[in-house]
Amino acid sequence: MSQTLTFGDSCAPITCHAWNKERNQIAFSPNNNEVHIYQKEGSDWKQTNNLVEHDMRVMGIDWAPNTNRIVTCSVDRNAYVWTQGEDGKWSTTLVLLRINRAATCVKWSPMENKFAVGSGARLISICYFEKENNWWVSKHIKKPIRSTVTTLDWHPNNILLVAGSSDFKVRVFSAYIKDIEDQPGPNVWGSKLPLGQLLAEFRSSGSGWVHSVSFSADGNKVAWVGHDSSINIADASQGKAVIKLKTEYLPFLGCIWISNNNLIVAGHSCIPLLYCHEGDEIKFVAKLDNTQRKESGGLSAMKKFQSLDRQARIETSDTFLDSIHQNAITYINLYKGTKADAVKISTSGLDGQLVIWDIATLEKAFEDRVMI
Amino acid sequence: MAKNTSSSAFRKIDIDQYNEDNFKEDEAEQAVPTGPDEGEVCALLNQARYVEALKHVLNNAPLGSTDQQVKDNALSLTLKVLIAVKSAQIEEVVGNLSLDDIDILMKYIYRGFEYPSEGSSGHLLLWHEKAFNIGGAGSIVRVLSDRMKV
Repeated sequence: MSQTLTFGDSCAPITCHAWNKERNQIAFSPNNNEVHIYQKEGSDWKQTNNLVEHDMRVMGIDWAPNTNRIVTCSVDRNAYVWTQGEDGKWSTTLVLLRINRAATCVKWSPMENKFAVGSGARLISICYFEKENNWWVSKHIKKPIRSTVTTLDWHPNNILLVAGSSDFKVRVFSAYIKDIEDQPGPNVWGSKLPLGQLLAEFRSSGSGWVHSVSFSADGNKVAWVGHDSSINIADASQGKAVIKLKTEYLPFLGCIWISNNNLIVAGHSCIPLLYCHEGDEIKFVAKLDNTQRKESGGLSAMKKFQSLDRQARIETSDTFLDSIHQNAITYINLYKGTKADAVKISTSGLDGQLVIWDIATLEKAFEDRVMI
Repeated sequence: MAKNTSSSAFRKIDIDQYNEDNFKEDEAEQAVPTGPDEGEVCALLNQARYVEALKHVLNNAPLGSTDQQVKDNALSLTLKVLIAVKSAQIEEVVGNLSLDDIDILMKYIYRGFEYPSEGSSGHLLLWHEKAFNIGGAGSIVRVLSDRMKV
């Protein structure tokens, strides 16, 4: 059902992670200014590169599958695009973000010709390559963002962008760059699409700041999770009305569509959950993790002492949770398949573990249970 | 050494105040309820119709109101209802509430902890236990994260 990976001897939290196209390499940040790249060799993962260019904590990593470029952004207000040379070494290209606060999140557009960076400067930088100068320049989306942009996701049409922010709002913008692409046609979200055009703004009165947003595979629906432990979905083909489900769990930090109606959320309660959007309801379907309290035999003595040290515990009493992840899950990524038909997803979190979940077997197990 | 090195006053300067597009709290979208009706609640309490009394105070809670007096009145009235319900009946009363009501109830329970009176906190802990059984950790998180305070 699931496969757990840990990298090196470090127990450091994984801030975020990204896979290459073949899924045999992974880039992640161990909660500092470095980005580590590991490659699968047989059944082992070996570190092949360490990207050190940022001088403060890395907040976001995205790996463009087809052009094989990595973009990273950091609290030091910079973003870098990394390209791999023939010798396997990665080199950087400068990105002119023009921001005066930390960069918080970054995402390649589906066509990989531009990317978006959210920041604490209350704006989104849409970055595209300028050949003459060999650097990435940016255009800003500013209004009406009133607080830090915490999360971003691209619409499959390469034009629209959804952003969640700590002013409790989720907004859909046009990120059309006329210098590099053709005029887009109208879509369900709107027809006039100059850069920065606000196409939808979802406020959920009295809710928490937004942790994660996701466009569905067909681009008609937006899902987001906030710090009020809620799951929200807005459907542009249904008049952009917001459906909100307040759950009994701790807040979710990540959400991602795995089919046109199914959504995986995960966060502080350490267990990924599957929800389904049906009509005007969001329904709980299943927990991905049904682990019972397990023996700590799976951990090496080294790890055990490191864990004791890290949590400043003296006694070795058992503090293991009944789940695979032992701390909050901060990031969800697709591992196999697309948002329309995901088969496997990966989650990483504060416990330094990366878990690959097989959703196909889970969905089958669930269907079997319904049949009975 | 410069005289002002030990001064930390500069840390308290709000450098964002010169931005024109600062974050502002949303204005209340619809008219804020002016709070529960004391006469009606007392009448319901006298008839021992606790569920209706509690629903009345929760549905008319002045969420997001800027008038502290209105909020304080609503709080004292709600606490009166909560304390009037006997320990054995709490579970039944809580079971009759909707999930949205549970969230508001949880806010009042925490507000009640801020202003303890003789024996009130122990009673509120019982309410807390029963409300938690239904609302889970999510309802406590919403007390913390929600800007619509009671």
